[in-house]
Amino acid sequence: MALIDLSKREVHCKIVYYGPGRCGKTTNLLYIYNSMNSNAKGKLLTIETKGDRTLFFDLLPLNLGKINGFDIRIQLYTVPGQSIYEATRKLVLKGVDGLVFVADSLRVRRKKNLESLQDLIANLQGYNLDIHSMPLVLQYNKRDLASSPIPTLSIEELEQDLNSKLGVKAFEAAATKGLGVFETLKDISKKTVRYVATKHLLRPEKQMEKAL
Amino acid sequence: MGDLILTGPALERAKSEIDNALIKAGVHTVLLIDQAGNVVASCGKNSKDMDITALAALAAANFGATSQIAKLIGEDDFSLLFHKGKRDSIHFAKIGKDFILVTIFSDEVSLGLVRLRVAELSNSIQRIFDKGTSI
Repeated sequence: MALIDLSKREVHCKIVYYGPGRCGKTTNLLYIYNSMNSNAKGKLLTIETKGDRTLFFDLLPLNLGKINGFDIRIQLYTVPGQSIYEATRKLVLKGVDGLVFVADSLRVRRKKNLESLQDLIANLQGYNLDIHSMPLVLQYNKRDLASSPIPTLSIEELEQDLNSKLGVKAFEAAATKGLGVFETLKDISKKTVRYVATKHLLRPEKQMEKAL
Repeated sequence: MGDLILTGPALERAKSEIDNALIKAGVHTVLLIDQAGNVVASCGKNSKDMDITALAALAAANFGATSQIAKLIGEDDFSLLFHKGKRDSIHFAKIGKDFILVTIFSDEVSLGLVRLRVAELSNSIQRIFDKGTSI
């Protein structure tokens, strides 16, 4: 649910990074936070457990300029990936406008990727949202490990597992080094803003009639 | 849950209601947020050092977390939460289905007064936004 503030002329969109535990969602946000100009970003908020895992969510507000005279503000959220945090995951998805599904390239995490995607679909359904009609991109993280001796999944396997039904754009990434992080963010922000804008801002008269 | 669009007049009305009921009673900051953690309106002393974006996101999350506690004891939801600090305290109240009113006040203001005023406000704010700003 995008929030459009007509008095301040601001649009707030919420993008959620979803994925299994330890796949690098927080690392994505941290990299974005460290590379952004301080005028364009807010404070990065993280609630972590002692073991470095996200307990609730991470939140990073960003400003992305103007459309039709409206300031576009994006809030990036992550969810806790560990399966026990089911309830908080669902909560963070409330009012989501765009999604990034971060998948783990490690072979041992193959099942976790699938479980997490199923979990996402189910949680979205809880809010009457359909994954096929939402702005969504995939990110195959930890690609830097492909050349190491650690067994990883190939891009074809990941595509087959996760993207065969969705058919969305997928990015290869190594979030710790920042590879693919901004490509993912750029694409999902573009898709999300377009989605929100075509839904509301480009038909302002109609929306105003309804609103008044 | 539909999209939420705020119109100037409705927002101004809500703000003036909040101002009259709470700010004039000595409360220092009041935020009206939605359940996804967006700030809809902020009133009172909006100290620059307070990160209201983070506060709103955490307040919404706080409600989500406690609603799970509520379910464990057989309740659907808690409609208000209160956290007491040494000097300042914070009061969260659910307004309708979509909104949360966050009130921050010092120990000079009594909790009873805040609760009473918030309960009254809850009805009037619901009326303002029900008239068609939330679609």
